[in-house]
Amino acid sequence: MSGRSSPRAKYYRGSTDGRRPLGHDPLAKVRAAYDVVVIGSGLAGLTAANVLGKLGHRVALFEQHYNFGGLATWFKRRGGHVFDISLHGFPVGMIKTCRRHWTLEIAQRIVRLDSIRFDNPQFRFETAFTRADFTEKLVGVFGAERSRVEEFFAHLRAMNFYDANRETVAEVFERFFPGRNDIHRLLLEPIAYANGSALDDPAIAYGIVFSNFMSSGVYTFSGGTDLLVGLMRAELERNRVELFSNAEVERILVENGAAVGVVVGGREVRAGAVLSNASLGTTVQRLVGPGHFEASFAQGVSAVRLNNSSCQVYMGLTEGATIPFVTDLLFSSSRERFDSRSLCDFHGESRTFSFYYPKTRPQSERYAVVSSTNANWGDWAGLSQEQYEREKAKLAADTLRELERHVPGVTSKLDHVEVATPRTFGFYTQHPEGTSFGTKFEGLEYSLKLHEQVRGLFHAGSVGIIMSGWLGAANYGVIAAAKLDPYLAGLATLAAAKGR
Amino acid sequence: MTQDEVIIAIKDIIAQIAPDEDLTNLEMDVRLREQIELDSMDFLDIVMELRKLYGVQVPEKDYMELATLAGCVKYLHPLLEKKPLHCAQGAPIS
Ligand SMILES: Cc1cc2nc3c(=O)[nH]c(=O)nc-3n(C[C@H](O)[C@H](O)[C@H](O)COP(=O)(O)OP(=O)(O)OC[C@H]3O[C@@H](n4cnc5c(N)ncnc54)[C@H](O)[C@@H]3O)c2cc1C
Repeated sequence: MSGRSSPRAKYYRGSTDGRRPLGHDPLAKVRAAYDVVVIGSGLAGLTAANVLGKLGHRVALFEQHYNFGGLATWFKRRGGHVFDISLHGFPVGMIKTCRRHWTLEIAQRIVRLDSIRFDNPQFRFETAFTRADFTEKLVGVFGAERSRVEEFFAHLRAMNFYDANRETVAEVFERFFPGRNDIHRLLLEPIAYANGSALDDPAIAYGIVFSNFMSSGVYTFSGGTDLLVGLMRAELERNRVELFSNAEVERILVENGAAVGVVVGGREVRAGAVLSNASLGTTVQRLVGPGHFEASFAQGVSAVRLNNSSCQVYMGLTEGATIPFVTDLLFSSSRERFDSRSLCDFHGESRTFSFYYPKTRPQSERYAVVSSTNANWGDWAGLSQEQYEREKAKLAADTLRELERHVPGVTSKLDHVEVATPRTFGFYTQHPEGTSFGTKFEGLEYSLKLHEQVRGLFHAGSVGIIMSGWLGAANYGVIAAAKLDPYLAGLATLAAAKGR
Repeated sequence: MTQDEVIIAIKDIIAQIAPDEDLTNLEMDVRLREQIELDSMDFLDIVMELRKLYGVQVPEKDYMELATLAGCVKYLHPLLEKKPLHCAQGAPIS
């Protein structure tokens, strides 16, 4: 999976079909030293780099992939197809984050989805995905007591990260709606797709994310991920952040207990501080090396559990073909009862369909549908190439059959169908086990404390469920930048004192 | 800046971050988050604005010092004493 097979050809471009050496040196313009090096261009890395650049620091960002954006990405295929990977929906808070830390133009392109639907053996309806509408559904469709529903929402909203309360999602659900598997499904299924939340995870992580969505529904970026990342790059350049793609960081340099730079493409680049947007485990175990941490910390990081990965099926309609408006986001399942683990089943019965109409990319007239399922690395990792192709074909066929149920006749309008698996996500992000949503809850604490172990080393990226998803990752970038900035000021004061 | 001006400076920043909040009757000793809608990201933005406008660096371990207006004055006045008051985005001070 890594490109370190040949020592001489250092720079690669490629896909899961294979990597090939690059014709040019992607690091030709790199300087010897920066104030900050950011490793990885996920939304956390990009946002941190932008905030730090705006504060006047000299920032270099290295991304191993040829594209920027991390999982916030897209790809194009012959026939004019464009597919978005993780543009299904995020909470309204993204507008505020983009207005303050990106640009007004980016913030203004964030629009609310028009429609969200559930379709499963327990219930079928359209919802605004807000507290008000969920309350109506819980009372009107599920027959829950209104006061109970109000109490449930109030309980989630009041949850505070600093509380020691470690109740699980399942415990909270049972307390408020005992034995109501259908209600549990309504409340958790969408969030499980959004960030890998499961019934046995701490309720706090679920509560924060669910409340964020319930405040005003689900939002998307009008213009597509390609436009978003393009606008972000332009803003980064305005803030003099130097961006390098095809540039894999191999090592973080540590001297006297402090991060002082990186080795990228075989070259040393020095920096006052290093911010890693690579996964937590990779950062500690591979990029820094466990020897630079207290043994208990390094062991703690190894024990942090990862969130699940994903499978997706990308379905592009032929140019000129259309479908009527069905919904924007469809939580579809033929499974009788809900449990969060089964959402990851190999060839399971549950998936979400995201429908992309011309409104998604007002500049184009094309339609596409992307189906997403949660998935386990273990089910896909060990397959031979032949088995792998067979299982991918089965996933595509099952998905098309389900889609046909919701949009009769759609299959005949498609001229591109492609499948991504945990292997694909692992390849493009280098995240262990292709994790889509970083780590489980316990990862957050380690991520936040990295710089207490190695001075000047910071992490920002999907951890702890709370910090994953577009909003969580972008906000974590801001949080990390706010911590890193005073550290750099301290270094400057120290240098000035020494110089005197 | 005098202590009173530190309060003006802080309120001015909050007004930018939470434009819909009424800041006229804020209590000095009650947590800001109990008086107005401020989430933890808003709070961080206050810290970042202090940095941008006045070059004041508040390390993470001191975030709690800024929980109330009185705390802000106590913590920030020594850091802002020698700096002139000006307002976020150049808005006039009323
Ligand atoms: C299928 C799918 C659907 C999703 N749908 C949604 C959705 O609808 N809404 C939502 O809010 N969220 C969604 N998410 C989650 C969301 O996309 C992620 O949580 C978020 O984008 C992660 O951002 P990040 O900053 O943590 O890092 P990532 O996006 O994971 O990026 C990390 C970056 O670091 C780079 N990197 C790693 N190691 C190195 C190295 N050594 N050197 C250089 N670069 C390196 C990687 O290549 C990558 O670009 C989805 C995720 C998946 C997989």
